[in-house]
Amino acid sequence: MGKTITEKIFASHLRDTPSPGNYVLDIDVVMCHEITTPVAIRDLEDRGMDRVFDPAKIKAVIDHVTPSKDSKTATQAKILRDWARRHGIRDFFDIGANGVCHALFPEKGFIRPGYTVIMGDSHTCTHGAFGAFAAGVGTTDLEVGILKGVCSFREPRSMLVEISGELPEGVGAKDVILKLIREITVNGATNMVMEFRGEVVERMSMEARMTLCNMAIEAGGTCGVCLPDRVTAEYLFPFMQDGFASVDEMVEDFRRWHSDPDAEYEKEVRLDVSGLSPQVTWGYKPDEVKDVADMTGTRVDQVYIGSCTNGRIEDLRAAARILAGRRIAPTVRGILAPATPKVYSQALEEGIIRIFMDAGFCVTNPTCGACLGMSNGVLAEGEVCASTTNRNFNGRMGKGGMVHLMSPLTAAATAVAGEIRDPREML
Amino acid sequence: MKEFGGRIVRLDRSDINTDEIIPAKYLTEISREALKPYLLEDLKLDGFDPASDELKQAGVIVTRANFGCGSSREHAVWVLEVNGINVVVAESFARIFRQNMFNCGMLAVELAAADIDRIFSMKGDLSAAVDVDRGIITVSGADGSLDFSFSLNDFERDLVKAGGWLAYADKKY
Repeated sequence: MGKTITEKIFASHLRDTPSPGNYVLDIDVVMCHEITTPVAIRDLEDRGMDRVFDPAKIKAVIDHVTPSKDSKTATQAKILRDWARRHGIRDFFDIGANGVCHALFPEKGFIRPGYTVIMGDSHTCTHGAFGAFAAGVGTTDLEVGILKGVCSFREPRSMLVEISGELPEGVGAKDVILKLIREITVNGATNMVMEFRGEVVERMSMEARMTLCNMAIEAGGTCGVCLPDRVTAEYLFPFMQDGFASVDEMVEDFRRWHSDPDAEYEKEVRLDVSGLSPQVTWGYKPDEVKDVADMTGTRVDQVYIGSCTNGRIEDLRAAARILAGRRIAPTVRGILAPATPKVYSQALEEGIIRIFMDAGFCVTNPTCGACLGMSNGVLAEGEVCASTTNRNFNGRMGKGGMVHLMSPLTAAATAVAGEIRDPREML
Repeated sequence: MKEFGGRIVRLDRSDINTDEIIPAKYLTEISREALKPYLLEDLKLDGFDPASDELKQAGVIVTRANFGCGSSREHAVWVLEVNGINVVVAESFARIFRQNMFNCGMLAVELAAADIDRIFSMKGDLSAAVDVDRGIITVSGADGSLDFSFSLNDFERDLVKAGGWLAYADKKY
């Protein structure tokens, strides 16, 4: 019987099978941020086990609340910073170099096809875009990862998600993933890897694939994954030139990770995107989604563009297409948080930051901040935010606040209108 | 091995997420104990009061499908632990939350929807006692007791007995 990409990665990293259906894997990259790691560090210290399995395989960033907003967040940052220094973790990113982890680490070329990746953050599934198995874990898993370089998972079952057709103008990866979650619900992919396939995925950039994989967790998925191809190879070539003479050679090598034609899937889902319209959430769960036409006119107080879902350069370019030459509604607070310093400076060079500022947006430093209601744009009770982030849970961006998830194009159009609006009217 | 069980609090909703169990704004705490007052603060459920005695006295949560979805924060498990809750019984769990429970040496028990329905239909205050080795949870209320069997695999049982994944992994890997 053939294997899926995930089964191939599991087989190549298998350390132990503690009982049938449970697998302990060797981990290639353990990623850390300042919210979930300090507790692990303190616990390891308390147990007299303040060690790391391999400092080169550990990547760390301060991203959730940066610059620190108070003594508590400053302490969290300090614990992570001191620990990274103490253990010689060279890939540690602090103020000036830091950005949203799931946008920053791919930019650095840390994630490769066939890798196993864990982080104490549920959106780690984003990195499956590179043909890796990347899963969010809790602090204890993270702690064991830091100490031993292993992590346990259950059976690597997969859902085949075949995306066909042609994306209409004004509709993108965010709309595709929202539509999928709407179809399969918030636990439709629980305990499964969502393997995104089909002509639409093949034509997508790495940025778009990351948006797709990023929200696999919102359907309960362990990870999203795309088969590594020429697009992946071109993105990674600058980081992998030592091992490969050309992009062609990389493309050829990456094929070994591709799912076999006779691989078995737990579920198969097909989506033709040709008639898809922009998608927007209406409730408190990411599967509570409607076509934009059914949400038009919903008043918003704030528009937030950023995060590991949609804070990359392509997302900013998309929003800027709408914002160029326009002003946001006077009743709306517009916030742009470019996901990384590289995205920020690229946006500066391309004149995109100017477009956002002229439109009336506030531009902040790269941080997760408002997405999870920690800083940088928290909502007041009763306020409504149109957001390019990934979660609309009750209280997510601030107690009593309401979040409508949407694409950067829809968010930009909404900012201009002051209420939810179909971006296709403004293109 | 520690005892599992206690008074039951029933949360009649599916898809209760970890932001509802412990809002992100409290994730700036370094100590688990500091999370204690904020258990289920943002739970969206009619008639639910996070300050109720019923919740304060609970040792077991019984709920519907996909409990613990969303964020990977283990704080959602710790906030249960520091409030004296060491068992969650549900129709199903989100993967990370479920793993976090076992990693902390706590119990995530899956029962069929019909069994969950029966527990919800039982009258009065309920309590539960769990026999981990036999895989039986006994729920007692005003009308008597009912036994429900659940399955754990060897690895999960070993984690619970070892007191969690760190102790287990440190010995083995």
